[in-house]
Amino acid sequence: MAQDKRAELDRTLATVLGHTLRIGVMASAVIVLAGGILYLARNAFTSPDYRTFHTASTYSRTLPGIFENALAFSSYGIIQLGLLVLVATPVLRVVFSVIAFAIERDILYVVATLIVLGILLYSLFTGGV
Amino acid sequence: MNALLLTVLIWCGGVAAGLLGSLTGLGGGVVIVPLLALVFGVDIHYALGASLISVIATSSGAASAYVREGYSNMRIAMFLEIATTIGAVIGASLTTVLPPAIIAVVFGGALIYSAYLTSHPPKSTAGCVPDRLTAKLRMNGTYPTPEGPKAYDVRNVAGGFGLMTVAGALSGLLGIGSGALKVLAMDRIMCVPFKVSTTTSNFMIGVTAAASAGIYMGNGYVEPALVMPVVLGVLPGSMLGSRILPKAQLKVLRTIFTLAILALGIEMIYNGFTGRF
Repeated sequence: MAQDKRAELDRTLATVLGHTLRIGVMASAVIVLAGGILYLARNAFTSPDYRTFHTASTYSRTLPGIFENALAFSSYGIIQLGLLVLVATPVLRVVFSVIAFAIERDILYVVATLIVLGILLYSLFTGGV
Repeated sequence: MNALLLTVLIWCGGVAAGLLGSLTGLGGGVVIVPLLALVFGVDIHYALGASLISVIATSSGAASAYVREGYSNMRIAMFLEIATTIGAVIGASLTTVLPPAIIAVVFGGALIYSAYLTSHPPKSTAGCVPDRLTAKLRMNGTYPTPEGPKAYDVRNVAGGFGLMTVAGALSGLLGIGSGALKVLAMDRIMCVPFKVSTTTSNFMIGVTAAASAGIYMGNGYVEPALVMPVVLGVLPGSMLGSRILPKAQLKVLRTIFTLAILALGIEMIYNGFTGRF
């Protein structure tokens, strides 16, 4: 592929990625803030204890549990939903990169990016194991 | 201390950490973990969880500005992310079995080693010749300067890949972005220009941290009420940092970078050995 055409596609890729990252982060911040306000409205004058690690926690560690709590307007569930959006942002960036490199017919980097995506999905879906 | 006051204080710490993290390419985690563990007495697992999540926020927040500026090199980032994500899964898994004091001492050691390396001025990138592998991987690129785009070549991708695996493992083990090591792998070993190294590193940090995030969340390290003010503080801090970066002087950046990580490293090791974890 011609050098200038590759550079043009690289710029397009960069722009799309930049937007993806910003929208993901903004959405996450709004959701976390909403959950945070709800948390403080209900718990402002409690004394949270983070000094010792609680193996049995009051918040969910699984995806279905987090969605369930968020829908039930649990402040923890809403904050966790926002954090999931944040974690998903770089994952989405990798997905976009696969597509972009495929458009450029850059097989080498399609493969490299798919390997990264595979590792990410492995970690996210087998996390607690 | 009540939850409201604690939340406000942690938020302030998050703003400072985000600013420093994005200016230096560190990712904020190196400040968050000592801040939470040493100042607020938070259990190290919660500190790791809050830090790792804030690292993703710093990376994505700042990177959205950097990609438009044209500093990041997507091919270098994506290729080396294979190494960092594999390392991250290994490192994050280790946090479930290692005693907290060991994590604290490794944390301090990693910081001091980075400070030592950055206190030595880098070789000029002018004499860098690309080797056959980097030419094949098309990792060369350009970056903006006041005099227009400047081209650069990279070398030794195998050495960079090896160090990136270590950087990924430390990221997963310590809940940090490992920005210092990522920058060193590119700046020193692969001969990538410093500003390209820091911004590409910042870009890679989020993906590396996401590889550990599933393991952290599954093990309950991510305490929502604690992470909330950290993330909401780190975001404006890192946005501000990414605005300052194109105008910032490299010498000042390196000095802030070195002094901050040195002081925190000593503190973490001291506390690890005196059994405060």
